[in-house]
Amino acid sequence: MPKDTSIKSVLIIGSGPIIIGQACEFDYSGTQASRSLREEGIEVTLINSNPATIMTDPVTADYIHLLPLTVESIIQVLEERQIDAVLPTMGGQTALNLAIEAGKRGVWEKYNTRLIGVDLDAIEVTENREAFRQLMVKIGLNVAPSFIANSFLEGKEAAQKIGYPLVIRPSYTLGGHGGGFVHKEDEFDEKLRRGLNASPTHEVLVEKAVLGWKEFELELLRDANNNVVIICTVENLDPMGIHTGDSITVAPAMTLSDTAYQQMRNEAIHAMRSLGNFAGGCNIQFSQNPETEELIVIEINPRVSRSSALASKATGYPIAKIAAKLALGYTLDELKNQITKTTSAYFEPTLDYVIVKMPRWNFEKFWGAEDRLGLQMKSVGEVMAIGRTFLEAMQKACQSQENNRAGLGADMKEWIRTDDILDRLERAGADRIYRVKDALRLGIPEKTVHKLTRIDPWFIKQIKRLVKVEDQIQRYNVPEDIPADFFREIKTMGYSDAQIAWLLRIDEAPVTKQRKKLGIRRTYKVVDTCAAEFEAKTPYFYSTFDTENESIPSDKKKIMVLGSGPNRIGQGIEFDYCCVHGILAIKEAGYEAIMVNCNPETVSTDFDVADKLYFEPVYWEHLEEIIDLEKPEGIIVQLGGQTALKLAETFHKKGIKIIGSSFESLDLAEDRGAFSDLLKELEIPYPKYGAADDADEALAIANRVTYPVLVRPSYVLGGQRMRIVINDEELERQVLTIFKHMPNNKVLVDQFLERAKEAEVDAICDGEEVHIMGIMEHIEPAGVHSGDSSAVLPTYSLSENVLNQMKEYTNKLAFALKIKGLINIQFAIKGEKVYVIEANPRASRTTPFIAKAYQIPYLNIATKVMMGTHKLKDFTFDKKLEGYAIKVPVFSFNKFPNVDKSLGPEMKSTGEAIYFIKDLTDPFFRELDKQRSMFLTR
Amino acid sequence: MQQVPAVLLLEDGTVFYGKSAGKIGTTAGEICFNTGMTGYQEVFTDPSYFGQLLVATNAHIGNYGTKKTDTESSNIKIAGLICKNFTHQFSRQVADESIQEYFENEELVGICNVDTRAIVRHIRDKGAMNAIISSKTLDLEELKHELKQVPNMDGLELASKVSTKTAYIVGDDDSKYKVAALDFGIKQNILDCFVTRGCQVKVFPAKTNYETLKAWNPDGYFLSNGPGDPAPMDYAIQTAKEILANDHPLFGICLGHQLLALAIGIPTYKMHNGHRGINHPVKNLITGSCEITSQNHGFGVSPDAILANSDKVEVTHRNLNDETIEGIRVKGKNAFSVQYHPEASPGPHDARYLFDFFIEMMEKHKK
Repeated sequence: MPKDTSIKSVLIIGSGPIIIGQACEFDYSGTQASRSLREEGIEVTLINSNPATIMTDPVTADYIHLLPLTVESIIQVLEERQIDAVLPTMGGQTALNLAIEAGKRGVWEKYNTRLIGVDLDAIEVTENREAFRQLMVKIGLNVAPSFIANSFLEGKEAAQKIGYPLVIRPSYTLGGHGGGFVHKEDEFDEKLRRGLNASPTHEVLVEKAVLGWKEFELELLRDANNNVVIICTVENLDPMGIHTGDSITVAPAMTLSDTAYQQMRNEAIHAMRSLGNFAGGCNIQFSQNPETEELIVIEINPRVSRSSALASKATGYPIAKIAAKLALGYTLDELKNQITKTTSAYFEPTLDYVIVKMPRWNFEKFWGAEDRLGLQMKSVGEVMAIGRTFLEAMQKACQSQENNRAGLGADMKEWIRTDDILDRLERAGADRIYRVKDALRLGIPEKTVHKLTRIDPWFIKQIKRLVKVEDQIQRYNVPEDIPADFFREIKTMGYSDAQIAWLLRIDEAPVTKQRKKLGIRRTYKVVDTCAAEFEAKTPYFYSTFDTENESIPSDKKKIMVLGSGPNRIGQGIEFDYCCVHGILAIKEAGYEAIMVNCNPETVSTDFDVADKLYFEPVYWEHLEEIIDLEKPEGIIVQLGGQTALKLAETFHKKGIKIIGSSFESLDLAEDRGAFSDLLKELEIPYPKYGAADDADEALAIANRVTYPVLVRPSYVLGGQRMRIVINDEELERQVLTIFKHMPNNKVLVDQFLERAKEAEVDAICDGEEVHIMGIMEHIEPAGVHSGDSSAVLPTYSLSENVLNQMKEYTNKLAFALKIKGLINIQFAIKGEKVYVIEANPRASRTTPFIAKAYQIPYLNIATKVMMGTHKLKDFTFDKKLEGYAIKVPVFSFNKFPNVDKSLGPEMKSTGEAIYFIKDLTDPFFRELDKQRSMFLTR
Repeated sequence: MQQVPAVLLLEDGTVFYGKSAGKIGTTAGEICFNTGMTGYQEVFTDPSYFGQLLVATNAHIGNYGTKKTDTESSNIKIAGLICKNFTHQFSRQVADESIQEYFENEELVGICNVDTRAIVRHIRDKGAMNAIISSKTLDLEELKHELKQVPNMDGLELASKVSTKTAYIVGDDDSKYKVAALDFGIKQNILDCFVTRGCQVKVFPAKTNYETLKAWNPDGYFLSNGPGDPAPMDYAIQTAKEILANDHPLFGICLGHQLLALAIGIPTYKMHNGHRGINHPVKNLITGSCEITSQNHGFGVSPDAILANSDKVEVTHRNLNDETIEGIRVKGKNAFSVQYHPEASPGPHDARYLFDFFIEMMEKHKK
């Protein structure tokens, strides 16, 4: 069936602010869908409240509405424009729910528009657990025995029939919210109550728990002609019992025979075809009894989901792009494989590598939260790694995490107490995979590890191989002793030079030197959907240690952009927005743009964004190999958040050019002592402070600057372990905690300006001129982390005098720091006096927000200034904002019952929304203003 | 598991060094690659791979061990295995033994820890060629000499080598239909697909003539898959011609498809690389639906000749990747065939409907 030509304009609904369970993967899908529709000559309108997205950028869509995701906003858009069709499958549950609600209120009918790519009845069936169960049984598929309960009594009855352990799954909730396992009868009442309350329909499914069964996920595409293909099969290393979003997952499935897999494939297709009429992406989860290979269906999502983003990056098949075309009426056989450009889109990708996805958690941000994993998703981001062996991919995933691990163990961070380890195996936390390795290293039998974790023995045996190899490595004293063949073998198992160095108890440098001497260098392979059967036209690479290198550097001048790695609190989608714009600016300036990143949820890792994509850990060893191969003109570190910035020192030492502000400038801004000296010299006020190496020094400083003081470790992200304390006792406790968790770190003690206002500035400097992009005033008082504050652009209550001081200080600092590119400065204002709290010599969290509010491509401009291809005077700045724009933080507290919800200097929000108001009488603003001190810790 | 250095030498002189997998020894054949991510044991035992060195592109081979019932014939048919990670530590509760034990028992020589992707890219560009694997000697001169003795696949008749020597029957005597199958290297699952649909199948040696087949009084005839070049198989082409002349229901798979084409005067050709994998897209031109198919063939049916003979033959299935002919129907006859493997094993079951279609054809013909 060819394209439906009656569709000339489409509205795509975004997913709103980032929350746990719904992250930037929907920026990826919305962006791909929008570009895909525009390719077809369709006019695309986008609605989303999240300003930090590429989808809401003029480079992506024709018309953008940064509005709250409500039916009223939808009506507003439809009043303004003629929309032929609405695509609600790209914005997760949020977009779907909104589409359903608007449908119920007759909005689509009234404006003569229709939904495409979705069948609301199909959605209803998959969301309603009982209806879904009945449908599966009807078509002959197995499901876990279960009963539906709408009341407490019904729940109790169900539990009696099923027995323990069992699962409670609330209907119509996201990311397993409100659900959980019940192992014993005495836990049941409380969990049932929580489940019923979490469900908007006061409905839960009480289901037999298939704990320890293997878990698989299939990503499918279905077209209007009922053709179905399986894009990717994913095996969860963590078996049933841990939410897929919190599981380490592997593709392709490692332990599935063809008979078992084909049964799964048949059932998946059968189930999909039984679900009404929709064309697009969908996914299905199965559980398999490892003893009998019996299968049960767990759930189905008839839309693009988190796992679609992963499957796209894992296979190279752009699911959202194709799904958007299918929604227009195309069938798969009418479309081309986007990677080969010559073969058909109707096919099933085949992999000649192994993918490991590893979630990234942020439990340290949620005090009081249960840090064990279960049915409810708790991770805030994820990394994906590609290798030619499972172990290589697994260790690369660990290296991508940016939690100071050099791989899967062998890096000084091992645990040694058996009891602690065994406990962590049974009740999984964020660190379980490391504990599996620790257990095996201590000689705990594989069988015991399997019994406690239910991880398939194949994975355990693989990890055991590491233990054996490490024993061998430890027999050597110097890297020169390691035989070349063995050295190569170690590297193919994913070991970083740092791990080898740790095992030899020497420095990393001699290991790297010897490795290079032996010619053991990374080679690059293409992700091509077809295991090299056909020639690929796309420049999507990963590294390994095979013989043939497929990444041939061009003779063009190149600039490399470092991505921001996994999403976490304090560093999220906003930096991906910055990176994508950086790439586009580099291309516009005539350079070849090279992207390095390991976050599968992002737009920057789409194979058609940069000229060359390296899907690699943003980890020094991997970067150095790419730099040695590509020899770029320079590296951009200002766009990828703290991840990229902290690598600047290494680049500087190795003589690799940093584009824009030099390392000295970056270091000066980051080094608290030197920076304060600079402020003093420039006669800019700042809170009194001191840096301490131990508790005694900290106490002395605190008493000198006077309480309350702000205590924090130096060099951290998102205010990690930052506290405001009011006396010696509290200070001592906090300082000791910092030293315990972050040894080799200094503690900074700052005078806390009570009842001060906070404001921040983002600016661009080209060395000759400073342009202030925007000044934002925080509604909440100083003390709440800027990421958790509601920021109003422009300021609304600060005097002309204060604004002038801020502008003056920004100018002075930008020149003094010799900034070339971006700078963000945070201010505290007490009375009429302005203090500088800190300066960040890079793109900040608020740069995308300002760019959206003023409709100026600031990141593009900043990148061109960094590269030196343009000066500020080459641009005109026409700020289009009537009234004010408010950046509103969004939290995911409902994922963590019992967590401390108070706000303070440590950032806790997971996302943000933009909200436009005409004036200060706006009720939304009044409400925020009224509540401004509500959550303050002190 | 003891591993020794091993070498892979291609006919054009390209050399890859790796480690031994399976039995220590030397083996040679035409090198080809399969892109399937599951079903290695079914592939190893598929008679169509007879005499071939198989490059498995999947990163790990052996993860789920081997199982006596996951086979397509009585023993391993490939001549050797080339893979990246030969994983002898396996996990599958219902499995029987590890891939290493299996290879040792079946005396199969293989090589692992080689850059399989580089090999695939090489043969993708240079085309199919012979090669030799050895873990017994690394002496290239000796291996070159040995490699020269290996015959070229083009024009090579292999079907009679893997065919059964004596006829045998599968399925119950009271089955509704009787199918006479000519065995050129038939896969177990083809027989299973017939039997589970109520057929009794008598499997005849490749060189059985039409009269002998007819004497069993079958409701339909089946031309099986198998290895080698179909062009020199005069005996089978003759039998197919006679079946056609008498207008019996006739179904051919893979080599059987090529033989049906040859029987109506459509020539075959050796493909640059062939299709081997379980993800090949095929469009059914009659229904407009698509199916993902399991494929294993190095020869194809000439599209030009089909176009020139459009009065006699109709294309029913086409490959969506390269437009090659995937299925034909003989006009005015009860005969059809497909280039791919509807029985799958390994691979998707999307095309199993063709067996039902054949049974319908027999049913109609009976009446």
